Amino acid sequence: MLKIKNLQKTFNPGTVNAKTALAGLNLTLNNGDFVTVIGGNGAGKSTMLNAISGVWKPDYGTIEIDGVDVTNMPEYKRAKFLGRVFQDPMMGTAPDMEIAENLGIARRRGTKRRLRWGIRKAERQEYKELLATLELGLENRLSSKVGLLSGGQRQAVTLLMATLNRPKLLLLDEHTAALDPKTAAKVLEITNKIVTENNLTTLMITHNMHDAIEYGNRLIMMHEGKVIVDVSGEEKKKLTISQLLELFEKASGSEFANDKVMLSK
Amino acid sequence: MAFLNVLPGAIAEGLIWGLMAIGVYISYKILDIADLSVDGSICTGACVCVVMLAAGNPIWLCMLASVIAGALAGVLTGLFHTALGIPAILAGILTQLILYSVNLSILGGKSLIAIDIRSTNLIMHMSDNPMAIVSAGLIIVATIIGLWLFFYTETGLTIKSTGDNPHMSRAQGVNVDLNKVIGLAISNGIVALAGSLLAQYKGSANINDGRGAIVIGLAAIFIGLSVSLKIKPNFVCSLIGVIGGGIVYYIIYNFVILLGLKTDYLKMLSAIIVALFIAVPYLKTKYFTKQKPIPIVQNNGGDEDA
Ligand SMILES: Nc1ncnc2c1ncn2[C@@H]1O[C@H](COP(=O)(O)OP(=O)(O)OP(=O)(O)O)[C@@H](O)[C@H]1O
Ligand SMILES: [Mg+2]
Repeated sequence: MLKIKNLQKTFNPGTVNAKTALAGLNLTLNNGDFVTVIGGNGAGKSTMLNAISGVWKPDYGTIEIDGVDVTNMPEYKRAKFLGRVFQDPMMGTAPDMEIAENLGIARRRGTKRRLRWGIRKAERQEYKELLATLELGLENRLSSKVGLLSGGQRQAVTLLMATLNRPKLLLLDEHTAALDPKTAAKVLEITNKIVTENNLTTLMITHNMHDAIEYGNRLIMMHEGKVIVDVSGEEKKKLTISQLLELFEKASGSEFANDKVMLSK
Repeated sequence: MAFLNVLPGAIAEGLIWGLMAIGVYISYKILDIADLSVDGSICTGACVCVVMLAAGNPIWLCMLASVIAGALAGVLTGLFHTALGIPAILAGILTQLILYSVNLSILGGKSLIAIDIRSTNLIMHMSDNPMAIVSAGLIIVATIIGLWLFFYTETGLTIKSTGDNPHMSRAQGVNVDLNKVIGLAISNGIVALAGSLLAQYKGSANINDGRGAIVIGLAAIFIGLSVSLKIKPNFVCSLIGVIGGGIVYYIIYNFVILLGLKTDYLKMLSAIIVALFIAVPYLKTKYFTKQKPIPIVQNNGGDEDA
């Protein structure tokens, strides 16, 4: 589903601020893989998702999604393959527009926008039912401006928007990190439900080791712009946090350092 | 008494500038771009209309040509900004300068061309203010209905989202650059339409028409929204408010002239109005927000704010 080959990216090349964020990254995801991603500060996790999304062009290497080479495709065009939820709840929705309008725009991701009605009548009913599944009381607030919602509600709506038009690949970048623990747990539960029910191929960055082990069928660890640990299946299910740290230290030759990481629940 | 005499004219001109301000609303409020090319495109609208009229074309064709010319000016600004990476403000200034030369050449090197008002069928002229008010009113209603429908279409919604959150828009597959160009074309097309009305109303096109138009447009927007947002904060009400803002602006303008202020100072006055409307809310929150206790509401369960 996703094939990343020898991906390289250096920010501010040729200056004192030069920073190699991706150093020959290789990663292949199979259809339906739900992969959790962990790694230290600046390991290149967000940079990897940005490269997949096409925020900028990589210096070297190729990215293939569902057999299509998207390395040189502009961001708005590859959006048809991707669902994205960001860490900042402000980023994924248009605050001055209604919930229904946001969903209507997301529903048409990957289609050509024309002078047809932006939201049809039947859609409203569908959105209402979808919002009800979030169990956040949003089903009767279709005409509310998204800017009026709480951070958790916005992330849940963004999640809906990302998956409304079944994406080939779902990219989640610490999408619960800005939420309080109770809300984060709820959004994560919704995420897990949507991903497993729709069998979505997913990359989920998290700084919560416990979540990284509990969710998904595969776990990768990144360090200095590369994948250094990749476990899946039974092996992943049986992992403990201390084993995970040990794996990391053995593969990287250094201690796991991330000021955000939660080692316990 | 003298004031009542100038009132119809103030309303007519206010409507024309209110229409212009609707164009500015689309760039400034919807796209979140301060587009300075409007100073040039309102004049382009006036020049094209007058020259086309002089060539014997029917008035509707002249006005259509004005709209198209204005839209092209918007496309130019949009391409400067999106394709060439020029900051939006500078892109507008560049287009404004280009349009000055273009407008001069449309006017054949003259700085003013008058319309022969007896031999042409204009839809408005300052000699007949009631008719000017009706004509301008009808065009405004048509424009507002058109925009209202447009911003409910797929394309329209993504133009709104482009200004509201470009990040989200790109993630949802919206071509943000293209939308900015389309939005600026619509904006400047409407501004040029107002220019064609202005030329008919005044009976001429002057190379200096439209200097400072952006400021008048913004003043109309701020005056209008300060009222309409309190009544009903939706799109149509905002546009109606903007038109009202244009009228209020021209009533103040005429009032000030009646008080004997030299017209030389009017541009300064417009600038001060805009500065005040932006500064006052800012200063208010910065210096005059008093701490006051907000009653605490007990929340016993049933909290939807997960
Ligand atoms: N746009 C950018 N310009 C310059 N440097 C950047 C940019 N984006 C990322 N970097 C740098 O690249 C490196 C990798 O950053 P990235 O955001 O991918 O880390 P991360 O693994 O997501 O870390 P964290 O857990 O802190 O979010 C960092 O050193 C960062 O400073
Ligand atoms: Mg990150």
